[in-house]
Amino acid sequence: MIIHDVICPFCGCLCDDLELECEGGKIIKVQNGCALAESTFMTDTRLPAPIRRTESGWEEISYNEAIKETAEILQGADRPLLYGWSSTHGEAQSVGVHIAELIGAVIDNTSTVCHGPSILAIQEVGHPGCTLGQVKNRADVIIYWGCNPIEAHPRHMSRYTTYATGFFVPDAQRERTVIVVDTRRTDTAGIADEFVQIEHGGDYAVLSALRAIVRGKASVIPAKVAGVSKEQLIRIAEICKTAKFGAIFFGLGLTMSRGKYKNIRNAIELTDELNRHTKFVISPLRGHGNVYGSNEVFTWMTGYPFAVDFARGIAFYNPGETTAVDILRRGECDAALIVASDPGANFPRAAAAHLAKIPTVVIDPHVNATTALARIHIPCTAAGIDAAGTAYRMDGVPIRLKKVIDRGYPDDAEILKKIYDRLNGGKGP
Amino acid sequence: MTEIWVKNACVIDPLNHINGEIMDIAIRDGRIVESVSDRADVIDAQRCLTLPGGIDSHTHVSGTKVNFGRYMSPEDMRAGRTKRKGKMHVTSGYYVPTTFGNSYRYSAMGYTTLLEGAMAPLEARHTHEEFTATPHQDMMANTLFDGNWAVMDAVREKDVRKTAAVVAWTLKAARGYGIKLTNPGGTEAWGFGEDLTGIHEMVPHFAVTPAEIITTMMRANELLKLPHSVHLHCNNLGKPGNYQTTLETFDIVPDLNPDRQTLYATHVQFHAYGGGTWKNICSKAEEITSSVNSRPQIVMDMGQIMFGRTMTMTADGPMEFNLHCLHHNKWSNHDVELETGSGIIPVTYSKKSAVNCIMWAIGLELALLTKNPYQCLLETDNPNGAPFVKYPEIIGLLMSKRYRDEECATLHPETEKRTSLCALERELNWHDIAVMTRAGQAKALGIVNQGKGHLGIGAEADIAIYPIRTDSVDPAREYRKVVEGFQKTRYTIKRGRVVSRDGDIIVDGANATFWVDAMVPEDLKMENDPEFIKRFEQFYTVRMSNYPVQDVYLPRGRRIETEVFT
Ligand code: SF4
Ligand SMILES: [Zn+2]
Repeated sequence: MIIHDVICPFCGCLCDDLELECEGGKIIKVQNGCALAESTFMTDTRLPAPIRRTESGWEEISYNEAIKETAEILQGADRPLLYGWSSTHGEAQSVGVHIAELIGAVIDNTSTVCHGPSILAIQEVGHPGCTLGQVKNRADVIIYWGCNPIEAHPRHMSRYTTYATGFFVPDAQRERTVIVVDTRRTDTAGIADEFVQIEHGGDYAVLSALRAIVRGKASVIPAKVAGVSKEQLIRIAEICKTAKFGAIFFGLGLTMSRGKYKNIRNAIELTDELNRHTKFVISPLRGHGNVYGSNEVFTWMTGYPFAVDFARGIAFYNPGETTAVDILRRGECDAALIVASDPGANFPRAAAAHLAKIPTVVIDPHVNATTALARIHIPCTAAGIDAAGTAYRMDGVPIRLKKVIDRGYPDDAEILKKIYDRLNGGKGP
Repeated sequence: MTEIWVKNACVIDPLNHINGEIMDIAIRDGRIVESVSDRADVIDAQRCLTLPGGIDSHTHVSGTKVNFGRYMSPEDMRAGRTKRKGKMHVTSGYYVPTTFGNSYRYSAMGYTTLLEGAMAPLEARHTHEEFTATPHQDMMANTLFDGNWAVMDAVREKDVRKTAAVVAWTLKAARGYGIKLTNPGGTEAWGFGEDLTGIHEMVPHFAVTPAEIITTMMRANELLKLPHSVHLHCNNLGKPGNYQTTLETFDIVPDLNPDRQTLYATHVQFHAYGGGTWKNICSKAEEITSSVNSRPQIVMDMGQIMFGRTMTMTADGPMEFNLHCLHHNKWSNHDVELETGSGIIPVTYSKKSAVNCIMWAIGLELALLTKNPYQCLLETDNPNGAPFVKYPEIIGLLMSKRYRDEECATLHPETEKRTSLCALERELNWHDIAVMTRAGQAKALGIVNQGKGHLGIGAEADIAIYPIRTDSVDPAREYRKVVEGFQKTRYTIKRGRVVSRDGDIIVDGANATFWVDAMVPEDLKMENDPEFIKRFEQFYTVRMSNYPVQDVYLPRGRRIETEVFT
């Protein structure tokens, strides 16, 4: 059976034009997707049933038992943490928020270790952005800053930017100027019309220099800024100012390098400045398929995109204090529920190590590095493969992930609802 | 079977010509009926003011833009937060509350139906997700068409039927309710950082004018027999001197529908400015209202502003950028491919600002100078002019000259010179207010026959009982009692269930979402139009098959099918 227009749930591009060939509950061929999509759909490391750690290893337990014990762990905790959420659908995220509210937990998503700083910057200065189709149809200047889409978002350039044929840009290759800004010469840099190589930690200075030039203050700029020549900076500023439509995409190279959220703030203010000359937009390249959805769901339910602490009864938000990494690092958290993510692989060591010291339950389709730290692992459906649900693309466009096969696993939203029911004396959210 | 008997209610039900009668209301299974059995639950209204549930015909409570307003404003989330309590979830936010916050506060004020003012079709799924989390009001969504490429192409071809077909396809795909035009043509121009300055200016690259878009859409709207009319946010919002654009727009509105208006002009306060600069801005409410008074085909809403902090959010991207250049606060922008734009900035309306004071006065002037209250509805373009929790204060101001005078005494002295508010003696009565907050909305939205906005037999039992005794309160003097009374109902009844008592929600919500499935002749269906499909697949970034909102997003969807045109 061939299924058309399948959505790839892997990265924030959420490409929705894949073609899958399925046979007997298995995916046998993936077309139109990138290599990441292929491995997303083709590799499946799911456990047959929930497992619980024993003195000597693991034992299989029933779903009911796993759910009961998870509820008990959460019920007995003083400072529970519910973390992850970015690789599942909004329906599961929403139940997660309800659980957090009910038991006074901290709930956080993977933004905490990726674009959290971008969110902080947006909360200070706002976000001039657009949907990806605006870029595809209009942009004649594309800037990739501190990111390497060829590796992390392989189809971003062909679907939305550099190579995409747009209404006002019928000959994409010729009509678009691509600028890549990075500290190292990445694959993406290889296709750039202009590659701007910045010294480590120099992003803030370069952004400030560009802002000054755009404002007509080029005379204050020294001959070199963080390794970039003044001539190149002036050239870049000119390309931007004379663009018909410019789009900046940035990644963790900007968000997580020295300056962090200040870098993003500076980049947004550069975009703002450029809007006084032409049209310019800026957007983070969001990593996990539905990380933006977790921000959206958290926001309409609690008011905040991540790091929400319900301990005081109200929703409280203070990144640096209520962020998962900080709660773990301080050793404050005494039970953790990890859903659809892998902090064992992505968190700083001290934070991840604390997960092993406390009862940690993982609800995730796949065995991952966090499993090794957990007490219980409950396998479930994978959103977009054997479960349908809502995901938000990196630009905020909501898309319904499809269920393409049935493998007989329960949906994580269902598992979470049962946990909620137990915590709430049998009543649903 | 559930039954309620509301006795001793002081009912104002304008659509049924009831004005302050003491009567009983029988409710069975969500509807108003002739009588109920003696097993019915009894609510003694104690002669309190009892109105059909409030209807907001233009508010921003759900969807991409609203949620981004929350996302970027932790300072506002902190400004209003409540704990979980009984059936109530945690809420955050004051001017852009979380979905539950919106729902509970509206319900406490007696509101049972809301129209989200702006939904981009591409992002409709998001709006519907938030509707589900706004459980105590029936919801409907104005669907944005101001920069829709397929619409502009059909308009250029002067093809009303095709325009109608595009609208029908899009409404169905988005599960939308009606046509919204926000700065028509201007949002497309904003795609390249431009704006339009008049209704006869060409939209770049599309060779159509806002006037052509507006007229063709009005005709398409009536051809499709949509329940609501075209809902327009005029061009040039918020610019001194823009009243001329507004009047020119009103001039091109034909009278095409005997049952309701042909054009709903929203937040007209923002479109009623004289002068040419911020220095000499003045009120043109008299000109605007004299146009509306002579044109039954137009209904407007006030777009009242109230002093304090709030957030402006609209599909009108260029306007928001201009505002940002004045305020220098944070600014978000979000253009939507092939469809529309949007922008968000926080603002503070200050009594120290002459401009803000004049804006405040203009909104009130519009309401006081419009003869027929069905033609000027009470709205703030929530939260643009003020968060909806300010509605009771606006009611107080409209009902009391004394309250207005007391307020005016605290305002910038220019207010008196550049508006006529202080000279207006009119004080609206309870009936006027009932029209301007529910009956008028129901009629304008075309939902009277869905059982909304009235308390006749067969109507949906959406009822608000306010702790106000109209026989003993003199609104002109005791306006504070009026304001307080409208802030919190004794009972809000939604589809026959008491959902809110003295401000607290006591049940889980079970709202419905109304959407329109407009029928078109087979040969006009866009899903069969190869050119439409080709352009869609070429220029959108989602596949056409993934675009329509699936039924799972409307767990209690109420589909309204229109009659096919020929
Ligand atoms: S670019 Fe991202 S969403 Fe698209 S196919 Fe590759 S991994 Fe999937
Ligand atoms: Zn509005």
